[in-house]
This record gives sequence, structure tokens and C-alpha cells, in this order.
Amino acid sequence: MLKNGVLDPQGKAIEGALGTLGFPNVASVRQGKFFEVELDEKDAAIARATIDDISKKLLANTVIENYTIEIDEK
Amino acid sequence: MKSAVIVFPGSNRERDMLSALEKITGQKPLAVWHAETELPKVDLVVLPGGFSYGDYLRTGAIAARAPIMADVKRKAEAGVHIMGVCNGFQMLCEAGLLPGILMRNNNLKFVCRHVKLETVNAKTAFTNQFKQGEVWRCPVAHGDGNYFTDADTLARLEGDNRVVFRYAEGTNPNGSLNDIAGIINSQGNVMGLMPHPENEIEDLNGGTEGRALFESLLEAVA
Repeated sequence: MLKNGVLDPQGKAIEGALGTLGFPNVASVRQGKFFEVELDEKDAAIARATIDDISKKLLANTVIENYTIEIDEK
Repeated sequence: MKSAVIVFPGSNRERDMLSALEKITGQKPLAVWHAETELPKVDLVVLPGGFSYGDYLRTGAIAARAPIMADVKRKAEAGVHIMGVCNGFQMLCEAGLLPGILMRNNNLKFVCRHVKLETVNAKTAFTNQFKQGEVWRCPVAHGDGNYFTDADTLARLEGDNRVVFRYAEGTNPNGSLNDIAGIINSQGNVMGLMPHPENEIEDLNGGTEGRALFESLLEAVA
């Protein structure tokens, strides 16, 4: 997700379209990205550290974006 | 033939379309801003190519919900001819006026080149000046032209002869199902295609084979 205070033109465009469609109580929209990454890893702590590394190195640009990680076991 | 071209923020082929319509129909088409709520009385409404709203959310998704689109839907139901080219085709799908969706090109590349199109159904208002099965040259310029729909809808489109144009001679630039380049609705008055016939109407630009599409409409509404 874009950090608070960073302009999100896509979110604004979607917000405008929702207004046109007639949802008057939509206060604001922000758009983010969702990734599902499958790891071949049994240790949850290592999995989280790996995804954190992946997020920093590729998935997120931490200048403008925040990210959160959820770990599911299969 | 009176026509209107709708202009969205981020449209970029509306001038080509306006120019093509004027040259071939002899009547100056109207440019209508997307924030309008009512279309003028016309025989043809065109949704042009471009990158409306920067392709935010999904290509054509925001434009399909623009204020003018409610009247486009009413006009479609009333039988007015509606044509979507490229981004306009994406809008028609997002608006529910045509089935399916245009996904990212399967090679992940933006393609800007000429392809060969086969006119699969030459009995529509948009194709009556083509020969059935005629293969013609037309430019494409898109990143999301990979037509996709569920198996039932695809079978219905094929069974009802609603695939109007197919990429021919191995020129499918995007991986679209069954080489689909353009489809029409069941009433026969709403058609969308990815290629740009408006850019194939003068020898200076490489050919005039796209003229037949506009001449078909002239014939149909006359």
C-alpha cells in the first residue's frame, strides 16, 4: 500500500467512479497490491524473514509504500 | 451518417477517428466529453482508442462507469450503432455491452504493428462491404488485447456467428482465444475490435483496407 500522504491517483480515479455509480458514503479509496508467494519452507520465522527480504528487494518500494506480511501454512 | 466520438481523459486516438469519419462519411462527427450525460442524436457512437484514466484498475474500467456511459447503454438498447476500438473495445466489455474481457498480451509486450484480419462475418452493419472470409491488413497498438471469456460464452459467440474479425495467417499479436480480434452483440448493433481501422484509410499511412468498415456503416444506416 502507498504510505499515507503519498498521492494515489488510481485510488482517486476509483473513488470518482464510485461517486458516479452512486455510493455517496464512500469517503476515500486507496489501491494496493496483493501477492501470493509460495515458499518451500517449514520454519515460519525463516519464511517471514524471506518474504520480508523479497518485499524490500522487489515487491515494495519503501520510499512510497508500506507492506504487511501474512504467513499461512499449507 | 451522423456520428459522435466520446473523448475520455487519456484517449489518444479520438482525432484519428474523427478525421476518418469525416473523410469517409462526408459529415463532421461530434466530439462528446465523457462527463456529459446525454448524447446528441446520431447514427453511430464511437469509443476511441487510448489509455482512458491511465488504464487505472483495469483497462477501460473507469471509463466504462463515466457519466456518459449510462446514455451509451440506453442508445445501445435503442439500436444505435456503437463501435469500440482498442481501449473502446475494453470499455464495451467492462460496461457489459459485450461479453468477456481483454487481458494483458500473453507475451507481456505492447504490440504496435500491422496484422492480418479475417472478416469472419460479413453480414453485419460493420462488415457488409467486406467479402466473407476476406483477409485484410490493419494496424494494432495495444498492451491488453488478449480476449478471454468462459467456455460457454465462447461457444455461444462462435455458434451465433458473433466473432466478426479474427487474426489471420499466424498474426495473433496477443494470445486471444480463437484468434478473436473483434466481436458483436446479439442484436448486431454493438461491435468492439482491438485493431485500428481508422488508421488504415489512406495510402500515405500504408493502405486503405480499413475504409470498408466505415463504408459498411454508411451502407447500414443509409
